[in-house]
Amino acid sequence: MSQPILNVKGIEIFRNQTPVLAIEEFSVNNGELLAIIGPNGAGKSSMVLALSGLLSWQGGQLFFHDKLINSKDLFSYRRQIGMVLQNPLLLDDTVEGNIIVGLRFRGTSSKEAKQQAAFWMDRLGITHLAKRKARQLSGGEGQRVSLARALILKPKLLFLDEPFGALDAPTRARLIEDFIQLQKQESITTVFVTHDQDEALWMGDRIAVIMDGKLRQIGRPHDVFNTPIDADVAGFVGTETIIPGIVKNVKDGIASIQVDGYFLEVVGDVQVGQKVFICVRSEHLTLWLESNVGHSSARNFINGTIKQIAPQGVLDRVVLDCGFHLVALITRSSTRDMNLTVGMTVSASFKSSSAHLVARSGE
Amino acid sequence: MQWIWEGIQQAFQLLFQDKEVLEITILSLKISGSATLLSLFIGMPLGTFLALKRFPTREFWISLINTGMALPPVVVGLVVSLMLWRSGPFGGLRLMYTPTAIVIAQIIIAAPVVTGLTVTALQQLDPKLKFQLLGLGASELQMVWKLWIEARLPLLAALMAGFGSVISEVGASMMVGGNLRYETRVLTTAIVLETNKGQFGKAIALSIILLVLAYMVNLVLTSVQQRNIPRE
Repeated sequence: MSQPILNVKGIEIFRNQTPVLAIEEFSVNNGELLAIIGPNGAGKSSMVLALSGLLSWQGGQLFFHDKLINSKDLFSYRRQIGMVLQNPLLLDDTVEGNIIVGLRFRGTSSKEAKQQAAFWMDRLGITHLAKRKARQLSGGEGQRVSLARALILKPKLLFLDEPFGALDAPTRARLIEDFIQLQKQESITTVFVTHDQDEALWMGDRIAVIMDGKLRQIGRPHDVFNTPIDADVAGFVGTETIIPGIVKNVKDGIASIQVDGYFLEVVGDVQVGQKVFICVRSEHLTLWLESNVGHSSARNFINGTIKQIAPQGVLDRVVLDCGFHLVALITRSSTRDMNLTVGMTVSASFKSSSAHLVARSGE
Repeated sequence: MQWIWEGIQQAFQLLFQDKEVLEITILSLKISGSATLLSLFIGMPLGTFLALKRFPTREFWISLINTGMALPPVVVGLVVSLMLWRSGPFGGLRLMYTPTAIVIAQIIIAAPVVTGLTVTALQQLDPKLKFQLLGLGASELQMVWKLWIEARLPLLAALMAGFGSVISEVGASMMVGGNLRYETRVLTTAIVLETNKGQFGKAIALSIILLVLAYMVNLVLTSVQQRNIPRE
């Protein structure tokens, strides 16, 4: 595993005496792309501003390459990082003038800076825009300029705060592809903030989930999405079916959990009598017509009434009322073949290994 | 009505023939020009500080500056007179009834205008621009310089408003300058004097100069400002 480049311990940020962020421990590894996700107002942007030395914090310590960064070191620390925000915030200058601004701050000659700018404009496909006024650019072009402006500084650590959030889907996809390619080729350690789980899943080597100003979970995307640490994180990472239950029996690592009138079996390390949530991702649920429930390896069958069928991308999102909320994602052809309609009673199934158990906190 | 027409005719003759009118004009420009420049040196850093820094009494200071933008010149004249009067705290400097006294009074009038409009100009920029510039490695001074460049149009407006507030004021100049011929007589105080004397021709001439002067300065600044407006 690569070495941490940035290490943070016990940092707290207050705004008008109100705590907005408290990070106990957090690190960024060399060369990785770490995605920070969380709902709006969770404290993601505050975290990026604090980590980049732009927002003062109370207590705690920030280490960069194992060196403690004090307030007197912040200026030299900032000169080793790069930053791209959601709004490109380009200066009223040409594209080239914007790209060289950071080098000019560092005293690089205009000629030398322009030579380096030519290289990065080529890498980001904006050479043809060099002499154009920055304010005449489209959103995607502006963000490419903003990226070039940060990358030309060869940052040891790059912070991106929702840089693609305001772009239309095709522009965003192209820019993300180009950025990932650049990030991997140049091994740029990157901390990337987004509220879009798909973006995090697509880009992140690791994902950190921030909620209510706290770092709730950090890990590989697969782990965070499939084994969220609590119901809040599960809900945020797209687990729509979260069922409260009580563990009645545990045998061979399989817990039998009582939920209303059902007993559901789920793989998990829990204690008898413990109150838990069963988290099931919508893509792990299968729907059956009641008359047609056949032999299956799935251990859990629940009957429910269809409350809503709505398209979601290429799939249909089917909401069932089973005494609790259950959401399944199925193909549109399945909806058609099964003649599913609102009000119909169907069965939903999931395998015991497809669900994930989390403790009900405070209970 | 005949006397008004005669006054205007006399005004145009005086404009090109009376040496004193030229001297009054030059003195007015020197005094109000230096007061405006010094107000910029005070107002822009102070306005920048108030716009960018967060501290507990910040709103109080901004409201004080905003009140200062509407300071009555006669009140400023009174306060500066009290300070510079022979028996006042700065009486030893012997500045009363000198051009310097008028510059001091005009700075007190123009500095809040420049400060207040600088605060507004910088607060119109995206608040994250400051972070973006620092994140690109700017020092505090480099960051402020770039913000000023970005806000140059409203800052030019602050300059115009500052100059406009002092070139046209009469109360303070009269009180601290004394309207002494060839020494502290400026356009506005001269207009008051000539009107009181019934010399309407000279008063109109001086008024025309004052208007043209104010217009020309603003014309230059406006053309710079408009040239910098981004085209669609």
